[in-house]
Amino acid sequence: MQYIPNIIFLFLLVAGIGYFTKNILKVIRNIKLGKSIKEIDNKAERYANVARIALGQSKMVKRPVSGALHIIVYVGFIVINIEVLEIIIDGLFGTHRVFAFLGPVYDALIAIFEVLAFLVLVGVIAFWLRRNVIKLKRFWANEMKGWPKQDGNIILYFEVVLMILFLTMNGADLALQNMGADHYTQAGSFPISGFLQPLFEGMSEATLILIERAAWWIHIVGILVFLNYLYFSKHLHIMLAFPNVFYGRTTPKGQFKNNETVTAEVKMMMDPNVDPFAAPPADAPAPEKFGASDVMDLNQIQLLNAYTCTECGRCTDECPANKTGKKLSPRKIMMDTRDRLQEVGKNLDANKGVFVPDNKQLLGDYITTEELWACTTCNACVEACPVSIDPLSIIMDMRQYLVMEQSAAPNELNVTMTNIENNGAPWPFNQQDRLNWKND
Amino acid sequence: MSEQLHVPTMAEFMAQGKQPEVLFWVGCAGSFDDRAKKITKAFVKLLNNAGVEFAVLGTEESCTGDPAKRAGNEFLFQMQAVTNIEVMNAYEVKKIVTACPHCFNTINNEYPQLGGNYEVMHHTQFLKSLLNDGRLKVEGGKFKGKKITFHDPCYLGRANGEYEAPRDLLKKLEVELVEMKRCKSKGLCCGAGGAQMFKEPEPGNKDINIERTEEAIETGAKIVAAGCPFCNTMMTDGVKGTGKEGAVEVMDVAEMIASAGEL
Ligand code: SF4
Ligand code: SF4
Repeated sequence: MQYIPNIIFLFLLVAGIGYFTKNILKVIRNIKLGKSIKEIDNKAERYANVARIALGQSKMVKRPVSGALHIIVYVGFIVINIEVLEIIIDGLFGTHRVFAFLGPVYDALIAIFEVLAFLVLVGVIAFWLRRNVIKLKRFWANEMKGWPKQDGNIILYFEVVLMILFLTMNGADLALQNMGADHYTQAGSFPISGFLQPLFEGMSEATLILIERAAWWIHIVGILVFLNYLYFSKHLHIMLAFPNVFYGRTTPKGQFKNNETVTAEVKMMMDPNVDPFAAPPADAPAPEKFGASDVMDLNQIQLLNAYTCTECGRCTDECPANKTGKKLSPRKIMMDTRDRLQEVGKNLDANKGVFVPDNKQLLGDYITTEELWACTTCNACVEACPVSIDPLSIIMDMRQYLVMEQSAAPNELNVTMTNIENNGAPWPFNQQDRLNWKND
Repeated sequence: MSEQLHVPTMAEFMAQGKQPEVLFWVGCAGSFDDRAKKITKAFVKLLNNAGVEFAVLGTEESCTGDPAKRAGNEFLFQMQAVTNIEVMNAYEVKKIVTACPHCFNTINNEYPQLGGNYEVMHHTQFLKSLLNDGRLKVEGGKFKGKKITFHDPCYLGRANGEYEAPRDLLKKLEVELVEMKRCKSKGLCCGAGGAQMFKEPEPGNKDINIERTEEAIETGAKIVAAGCPFCNTMMTDGVKGTGKEGAVEVMDVAEMIASAGEL
């Protein structure tokens, strides 16, 4: 009988991690629906980027207030996870504060955890105020209505509850230690929960144990629930930000990729030895679709981008089109891509892993042409993104589809392109007049 | 004026069996747009003055394909690119300078994969190198002490990380350089990029160039310095649109240097 709590704990742990793993495998499967990427170059630079941008949060602090708050919560989150390790060992083996043998080191660790937990609380409350009381504009944009707005708050509530449980657990533990209760070894130093002691005054040992145990259990169960919440949330970025930054672009932002299928075609047309009217060989593969109209046409990095997006809106906040009232919002481009990808994933789940056409696609059903044509390709969104997401590349791929597969450019652009084709300039001037300025 | 301009072509150099020091890629705006042509000429004056042996392609130059690519027409872009690359490779071009950040970006970043490998410089970078080599004198002249703000072209700044060359030149002009709220990597686009120059904007509540021009005017600058013919047009229209015509002027950095040196 004595092992029942350990067995329950083991069960919860396995279930929690198991379900989470199942969903992460889905994320990976969905990302792999995208076009595969060629070999990754510049590895050294990429690792350096992970260290600087993801671990070091270098882009977060470009906005000092939210950057500082985020660093507190981020550091708190990572460091307090060391404590979770102890909780798991205690839970599995029925020990209590198994790392207590570390003595002064343990005292210091617990003290650090407590201070961080307190700072996280402060940070999270500040985040909540920014979202709900100050109502920062970027959190109240159109694409943030409904679930995204709720999601942002739910994450904050989770963190508040977890931190309070953690401090309550420690506070009750300290009271029990002071009481000399069995099993509650003298260990740890409690700079924050020490202040909670008056709350526990006069409580019996049994009540205190009940509080301590309850806080301990709800805390660890809460962590497992939160872990599983990630998949449904923009909070997934706490894991994906690292690979995403790794795969982020290392070439100049102005360098848009050249479509290699087109290159092959152009080379053939320019080659005097090739008969342009020859029929394609019978075994020629079906012509590749140009650009993207749905998530499967995007590449795996773009899909990883979509899952990583934190919905922070820094991109949209810098977007010249969005700032001047156009429909385009680079954040929405990322959210739409993720939503559509999730929809495709569910379709796969429901149909034994085979995608059954649903008469929907990213273009039109999620992202409108009006949004796509409003982009100035200024790269402000790419520059602003704290986790190296490139919304512009998706916009460009979709424009390519519109123009090359559907000839659906705005009319003025068709005129421009005809001019380029005929006169070598976007305006109707003759190429033979190109040097006339010299004599003007 | 025009007789002072010395603008040899690659074909002329070739005929003499010579190679110029650098190819000046004029670009479509620089060749045809009335406002941009003035920038082209100012830059040529500076080149002539510094004794730079340059050449242009003249009638052999064609659109780089940037607007086509950004509009989504990859095929047209690559046709343009390959045609231009063939011409330039035939002339064995090694080094290119251009006053258009879009041409600069395209040739520098997107041509290499298609067989065009050149050292490409934006004219502000090139002018700075002339200055460093002592071939070009830049002095304040009439701009000395004047309040001036610089508008970063997206395709020079964010796209290629060059923020300092134009500013260094402006500092040499001894101007009082004031920055806009959004500058350098956070600079706001003028609204022309991505082929927007050639179409009406989508519905919204403001034009991007007005938003940007207002920001420039807020600094109290009398001159908005630009480094791109398209930004120049957008900002000039913005100045008109905000009723500041006559009070605020939009000038290319090259025009300012030429005009300060009374060229
Ligand atoms: S590149 Fe396009 S989407 Fe991104 S900020 Fe600029 S205009 Fe907006
Ligand atoms: S793309 Fe980047 S900047 Fe934009 S909302 Fe997502 S995480 Fe934030």
